[in-house]
Amino acid sequence: MNQHNEMQTTFLSLAENESFARVVIAAFAVQMSPTVSEIADVKTAVSEAVTNAIVHGYEGTKGIVELRARIDGSWLTVEVQDRGKGIADVDQAMEPFYTSHPEQERSGMGFAVMQTFMDELRVDSQPGAGTTVSMRKRIRAGGVV
Amino acid sequence: MLQTIRDGERLVVRLNGELDHFCAQSIRRELDALLEADKGIRMLILDFTTLSFMDSSGIGVILGRYRIMRDRGGTLAVIHMNRHIGRIFHMSGMDRIIRQLDKQQEAQA
Repeated sequence: MNQHNEMQTTFLSLAENESFARVVIAAFAVQMSPTVSEIADVKTAVSEAVTNAIVHGYEGTKGIVELRARIDGSWLTVEVQDRGKGIADVDQAMEPFYTSHPEQERSGMGFAVMQTFMDELRVDSQPGAGTTVSMRKRIRAGGVV
Repeated sequence: MLQTIRDGERLVVRLNGELDHFCAQSIRRELDALLEADKGIRMLILDFTTLSFMDSSGIGVILGRYRIMRDRGGTLAVIHMNRHIGRIFHMSGMDRIIRQLDKQQEAQA
């Protein structure tokens, strides 16, 4: 396995691209020989971040979502960036069950899922400029994927 | 199209494919149409056997249907969640209000 690798891809903020982003991150991470469970964790965390970008960052309007990933030894770093409306209060947004769209049956569990399924989570946001979600996970090579 | 089995006052709905924010919209519509068309349904059982992926969008779908069933005096239960989906179910706290049936309980429900 390469000790270092990077990729980046951009796509429109369409809900159809949530599954595209999951397939892309799984295809990139597979070279780390993750377990089925580790791949499921990463796919779920990316799905949450991309959904947030589409639903909250761009609020249904069209914009560009950027997905970047990097392998450093056994660490996988994933960043999901939008240039949408941004989050005024990141701490509040990260509270479990907080949602700014209760009428859409959003559970408010997106960040909690990212936090649980990844080892590290960082959210940088600026109102009017967009949001970048950075996540890291240690992949313990030896999986069967 | 969701696969369904109607048995007495019970409706079992098998969810297919992936349940993310995109797919949630159509799954929600289909489930609500099924419940709206048949007010005799007292127990809705969501079967996760063939659901390969779910993120937190699924929590909203399940909780929304739970409320509909509760408001009409019925119940909602889930069966055959894989470990990963079960983790999301558990971390959302839904396991405290929604029954997870095993095979035997499913037959008796």
